[in-house]
Amino acid sequence: MTDMPLYQQAITVLLCTAATMLTRFLPFLVISARKPTPPLVRYLGNALPAAIFGLLVVYCLKDVAWGRPPHGMPELIAVAVTAGLHLWLRRMLVSMAAGTALYMLLVQRVFA
Amino acid sequence: MTKGHVCWRALLAAFPYTTPILAGFAFLGFAYGVYMNVMGFPFYYPFLLALVIFGGSLEFVAVSLLLAPFAPLATFLLALLIQARHLFYGLSLFDTYRGLGWKRFFLIYGLCDETFSIVFTAKRRLPKDVDRGWFMLWITWLNEGYWVLSALLGGLVGGMLPFDTTGLGFVMTAMFVVIFLEQWLHESCHATAMLGILAAGGSLALFGAQSFMVPAMVIILLVLLLARRPLEQRYAAPFSESEAAGDGGGRQGAAVERGVMR
Repeated sequence: MTDMPLYQQAITVLLCTAATMLTRFLPFLVISARKPTPPLVRYLGNALPAAIFGLLVVYCLKDVAWGRPPHGMPELIAVAVTAGLHLWLRRMLVSMAAGTALYMLLVQRVFA
Repeated sequence: MTKGHVCWRALLAAFPYTTPILAGFAFLGFAYGVYMNVMGFPFYYPFLLALVIFGGSLEFVAVSLLLAPFAPLATFLLALLIQARHLFYGLSLFDTYRGLGWKRFFLIYGLCDETFSIVFTAKRRLPKDVDRGWFMLWITWLNEGYWVLSALLGGLVGGMLPFDTTGLGFVMTAMFVVIFLEQWLHESCHATAMLGILAAGGSLALFGAQSFMVPAMVIILLVLLLARRPLEQRYAAPFSESEAAGDGGGRQGAAVERGVMR
């Protein structure tokens, strides 16, 4: 469980909700009739997602202790297998399930 | 036709479109509920977060945010960046959702990647005797229902799983690795994908796990703005193409759809 007091939890969840709803409602609130999308918005919309998903992959691995044994080996192996499986079969759920199962096996049995 | 009949008919027409999403959301939503339970939250947390945020990626990230020290600015910035793609769904569906009264609020509230791809694809092939507003509303609500109920179920079952759940949190890493790869495979230019990894990795090495996200996001935005001239042409095609062809919806939605539909 989290150490956060309830009011901080509520603010965190509300900020996530507010940001989400801002991105969903904003276009419907600000568009006037049929103006073309501003070029900067269009550019960021195309260029940003890959960068954000790259950022999120690193975010998921931020607490790995590279300096201590097992030196992030379970993470590296499981990420490589997830990616390899996905490049091979291109089935999102299969790659995710297999990668997670392998990681659990690695941290519970192999590198325990 | 009575009002109830119109509503029912639209539900029957909408349901088949959502079955691929049912399969995907049942798995991911359930995994999310189990994940949050394993991280020590009571069963109603995944349910509530799924209900109010209703954006899968951010809901997973929100678990980490709740477990880390309170950081409102970083939370809001990160949430905005993760969800920024929705701006384009709204831009693409502005006309489609016009003049639908109270339904519009729920349509926009529940406009996730998957709902966008279905509505965007199905709106042209709709039989004449089906009410457009109800049809799109049912697609939105069905998808939302699949996700929220799966998350609730995962939260309930998570504590009773008959095996050791150590390491199950890796499901979030696996999800983002897969989404990142899908994005990579659909882009001819990989500059911003590399930028995301490098900016985050460099910032992590410099500032440490607790405080690297804001600098990383600032670096990403700054580089994108400064390198706009060379990058803009390379990143011009995908969105406008799919919009002009009008065939498959946004890249994000299409990527998720492809992943889920197989």
